Amino acid sequence: MRTLGWIAINGFRESVRDKVLYSLVAFAILLMGTSYVLGQLTAGQDLKIMKDLGLSSIAIFGLFMAVFIGIGLVSKEVERRSIYGLLAKPVRRHEILLGKFAGLALTLTVNIAVMTLALYAVLAYVGWGENQFARQAREVPALDPALLKAVALILVQLMMVTAIALFFSTFSTPILSAGLTFGVYIAGYFSQDLRNFDQVVNSRAAQVLARGLYYVLPNLSPFDVTSQVVHGLPVTARYMAVTIAYGVVYIAMLLIAGATIFSRRDFK
Amino acid sequence: MTVRSRLPVMYAVFAVVVLGAMSVGLQMFRDARYPLTTSQEETLYLTQRATGRMVFTHRSLVSDLYWIRAIQYFGEHTQRAQRLAATFLPPPPALSADPPVAFDLLYPLLDITTTLDPRFNIAYRFGAIFLSEGYPHGPGRPDQAVALLQKGLTTSPDKWQYWQDIGFVYYWNEHDYSKAAAAFARGADIAGAPWWLRSLAASTLAKGGDRAASRLLWQQLGETANNEYARNAARLKLQQFDAIEIIERLQKAIDAFQARRGAPVRSWNDLIAGRVIPGVPLDPAGVPYELPSPSRVAISPRSPLFPLPLEPAARTGA
Repeated sequence: MRTLGWIAINGFRESVRDKVLYSLVAFAILLMGTSYVLGQLTAGQDLKIMKDLGLSSIAIFGLFMAVFIGIGLVSKEVERRSIYGLLAKPVRRHEILLGKFAGLALTLTVNIAVMTLALYAVLAYVGWGENQFARQAREVPALDPALLKAVALILVQLMMVTAIALFFSTFSTPILSAGLTFGVYIAGYFSQDLRNFDQVVNSRAAQVLARGLYYVLPNLSPFDVTSQVVHGLPVTARYMAVTIAYGVVYIAMLLIAGATIFSRRDFK
Repeated sequence: MTVRSRLPVMYAVFAVVVLGAMSVGLQMFRDARYPLTTSQEETLYLTQRATGRMVFTHRSLVSDLYWIRAIQYFGEHTQRAQRLAATFLPPPPALSADPPVAFDLLYPLLDITTTLDPRFNIAYRFGAIFLSEGYPHGPGRPDQAVALLQKGLTTSPDKWQYWQDIGFVYYWNEHDYSKAAAAFARGADIAGAPWWLRSLAASTLAKGGDRAASRLLWQQLGETANNEYARNAARLKLQQFDAIEIIERLQKAIDAFQARRGAPVRSWNDLIAGRVIPGVPLDPAGVPYELPSPSRVAISPRSPLFPLPLEPAARTGA
């Protein structure tokens, strides 16, 4: 556990040193800032646009971080040949993989926290400038704590994407891993269609295959509660718990599979 | 740092400034010489179904972009239609079936917006106002306005405001007071609806087209609006009603004065000298009323309340 912690901290330090990460965070914050201008074009829907754009920025830039850093976690070590030094130490292979994942999860958490603070700062600025009447007329307050629920689910979703990227990187090249990860990410949003495949196709085999894929592929749609949060609709604690639990289980599954492949991989 | 070692930095800063200025100059030259060609945007939009498929995530954000596009489309087209209406004489009735500016994409844009975000409250409510406005202030499609609001009710059946808006469209655009009253009554049946919606239904049924009923309608709309735009629109409409009432009172006084002295009233001074009014009458926006022709009082075209609305009863000739 101690070894795992050290690898995670080192992974975090390594990610933080990556200047691309700062660029992504800076760009996301800039986008949130410009949402203020965009909001002026929308006939009284400025807060909705800011929240939509803010949450989408967090999700999109988080996705880039998760994929591009995730696929590099293993491949960089192999390319730089530092993997040999690491393997020579009294460290088990699965600890390396889990430590790397934990390091990137920590990086994502810190970056998302920064972006969330920026989003709240923009919303506070807008809310501060409002008169009492406009404030009362809002269906949802500017500084709605429910936004944190959406952010929490985005974070879990990004950890799933990290686990997917890490899984593919244990046996594939970085470019292929990125392609596969993005493919699974997109498919993860269409999994509802796979579930309803029996309504459009008569073939029994195709139906079974589609249903099987529905359960194998990650279902990412439930992690997107932006619309509910922005419109002030309830996202229950039970829903959060079930969705997060699904994410944790899926991550665990991928990490175990990845660790197994990584343990058997020949680095010669 | 010596002067010698500072030199490369100074050269670099100088080069950046010069190149920056050059790029600005080039941009300005290019913009002036080669204006960006705008393609026929009408043909670029995807269908509602295709958009739903392509936007597999961040649907709420994309719906915002479509909403902004709908507002811009409405604004551009109403401005163009109003310009054309002010510039040219109206076409003969046989040719007036198709207005010169078509608002063909307004409904599809609003439809896509509300498909991507089915809870986009303002898109339904403002969209219905946009669609129901008569040409040249809008496409004059109350049927589409009602369809949009009914779409909203399928997602949010508890929104009594949509029934209020449907009633509003029937009242102002269709002058169908029984349907308007029925819509208000449907809204009043929803839990959480305000008490006045039921009395609005009753008064609409009893006195449809009546100014008091129209005033009540706008008052309630202004009080329940959750954004500044709708509140301003309601405030303006109520001020216009006040202006109409003042005009009616002034007209009565002018008619009586003219009958008494046997000559038409040509300026406000005639009335002031005759002690009919104490001074030049002002409309609720503070702009003086005008006498465009002898003994005919009207609102000034300079007034923010101009032009005054035609009331439903007046429009239907009831």
